[in-house]
Amino acid sequence: MIRFPHRHLLGIEPLDATHIQTILDTADTLREVLERPIKKVPTLRGKTIVNLFYEASTRTRSSFEMAEKALSADTLSIATAASSVTKGETLLDTARNLEAMNPDMIVMRHACAGAPNFLAKHCKSVIVNAGDGAHEHPTQALLDAFTLRQKRGKLKGLRVAIVGDILHSRVARSNLWLLPKMGAQVVLCGPPTLMPPGLERMAKVTHRIEEAIEGADAIMMLRIQLERMGGGFFPSLREYHLRFGLTVERLARAKKEVVVMHPGPLNRGVEIASEVADGPASVILDQVTNGVAVRMAVLYLLLGGGEVTA
Amino acid sequence: MSEGLLLKGGRVIDPAQGLDATRDVLIKGNRVAEVGARLSVRGVEVVDVGGQIVCPGFIDTHVHLREPGFEQKETVASGTRAAAAGGFTAVCAMPNTAPVNDSASTTRFILEQAEAEGVVRVYPIGAITKGLRGEELAEYGDLREAGCVAVSDDGQPVAAARVMRRALEYAQAFGLTVIDHCEEPTLSEKAPMHEGAISTLMGLRGQPAAAEAIMVERDIQLAELTGARLHVAHVSAQASVDAIRRAKARGLRVTAEATPHHLLLTDQAVKDSDYDTSTKMNPPLRSETDRLALIDGLRDGTIDNVATDHAPHTIDDKRVEYDHAAFGIVGLETAVALMLDRLVRPGIIDLPRLVALLSTNPARLFGLPGGTLAPGAPADVTVLDLDANIKVDPARFASKGRSTPFVGWSLRGAAAMTIVGGTVVWRHSRGK
Repeated sequence: MIRFPHRHLLGIEPLDATHIQTILDTADTLREVLERPIKKVPTLRGKTIVNLFYEASTRTRSSFEMAEKALSADTLSIATAASSVTKGETLLDTARNLEAMNPDMIVMRHACAGAPNFLAKHCKSVIVNAGDGAHEHPTQALLDAFTLRQKRGKLKGLRVAIVGDILHSRVARSNLWLLPKMGAQVVLCGPPTLMPPGLERMAKVTHRIEEAIEGADAIMMLRIQLERMGGGFFPSLREYHLRFGLTVERLARAKKEVVVMHPGPLNRGVEIASEVADGPASVILDQVTNGVAVRMAVLYLLLGGGEVTA
Repeated sequence: MSEGLLLKGGRVIDPAQGLDATRDVLIKGNRVAEVGARLSVRGVEVVDVGGQIVCPGFIDTHVHLREPGFEQKETVASGTRAAAAGGFTAVCAMPNTAPVNDSASTTRFILEQAEAEGVVRVYPIGAITKGLRGEELAEYGDLREAGCVAVSDDGQPVAAARVMRRALEYAQAFGLTVIDHCEEPTLSEKAPMHEGAISTLMGLRGQPAAAEAIMVERDIQLAELTGARLHVAHVSAQASVDAIRRAKARGLRVTAEATPHHLLLTDQAVKDSDYDTSTKMNPPLRSETDRLALIDGLRDGTIDNVATDHAPHTIDDKRVEYDHAAFGIVGLETAVALMLDRLVRPGIIDLPRLVALLSTNPARLFGLPGGTLAPGAPADVTVLDLDANIKVDPARFASKGRSTPFVGWSLRGAAAMTIVGGTVVWRHSRGK
């Protein structure tokens, strides 16, 4: 059995490189389960996991559910619209009520940064952060790292450009913690209005996408959330695509073996041209595939599962 | 009841009289009768305050008593008990109640509650604008006559420069100081913390220091235009301190207050507490550079007084997601001990400066009774024990509010006794 010294997965920030390595290596082992004719192991049989999603999510929630099912956990998924949340119940009361049913783990997605930390302070269950506001999305960064390692053989020494709406992106923040811990170099790029202060200490910051892409081993494109347009962060989607979008021409500046990533959902023709999203450098669907294995690894390590290969 | 009270053998610090010496203080009725060396008086109750510091009563110019309307958060009774326990003999009550204190009837209600249930003196502050809506001026003549000592829309800024100009002009007719909560709302956008590297990494929206400083600069321009008295509430940013310092150098009638939490904490506390909502208030805890600028301002007189911005909330208002939590923390029962332990003990300010910040200056700024122990002054006295050891424990607060970022802090030095109008209203129980 592998020892994992964290009770919760609230973010990448508290993890050190060996913990990240452990998760990625475990995911490597578990990935094989998903390629079997019967994609199920009894590792978490009898464990109960609640997926508490306060924000709409298709990809992340289904990925967690598949991971949970592949490990034979019993799961319950709650989405905001169908719950007492709309009746004005507090997060604490919802969590306590769920906890009264004695689940082993709560996987939570929430629009407020720090909501999983709040839950971890007030609940006994193991908490997994499935994305909290603009704070962290640790399993996304882990599956990004897993995919990068799979495609490029290593993480150390890679130059990774993260391009787009850094200000509102929890994916960017989790990757900003993870990649340097694993020895990769991060270049952040976006319009100055979408670049929050204080990141210069952790990464190279540029507002020119050409500069960010130059010599990149990987490019992570971030989704422009269309609902942010009201904030006046940039004048138009047209200009955004022209100045900050990833196009075939721009991609040519990167290394030949560059991989293009995106956490989804895509805004085709805004942050990424379809030719790039569907092109040979794109590993966007591999990220989705790997997400299940990485989440299996997280569940397995946090719930202290026994034998994997039963 | 005895004829009076004799505080014997204490170190009396009264900057208004330039006094800092071992003296006895004789109180007769509700007034200070005499301050002198080794007074000997018969028929009065003698209290030995040897080794302790005797000061004119402390005045907190920025308190939310929440009554009327939010009695679940605080009442005049509980808030003034908290004030007494913290060493304050008087508090100024902010008008963001329900109804808003924008009329003489609400002012009178607050004063009646204070008379009936208050433990310390209460000086109501009226609203700048009706309903705090930032549109029409409240009736300052009525407010003044009913007992308001200043006007403020605290909790929010007066967003329109035209309205602020009229307020500053009109308030002069009634000798009222305008206290502004300086915040450019289109820039701060109700963000829950200070904008900087920490807000970035925590994924919380931040309000930049400039949101405060812009409004401070605007108000200074308007104070110059109108010649009116302006008091800047809870200054938190370096740029604001700089602007106020320049305004004072130009001879403008601009004064300012700072809170203990802005003087002692930074936005790092939000991170260190792991999103604890006791670190959420407005203005937010700022950077170390800002904090040090406040300390400089405290030392050189740019900051005139320390006020707590005591803003009690219920546990339900605070025990939620950081974004959803109410802004504000309690301060009445921690301020004096924090200042003694963290500002006086390390030598950042001396005791006479502390007394000026908490008593002399607040009385002078708002024309309040007290602020001195000169014979004839109201017998409002705060006695300090520099050797008292306390540990901040919200469960023992008299306030209904429990949210403070100072939970568990061990502090040396605290108020030992609070005397209002010659009556001991609170006394530290030794050895308990």
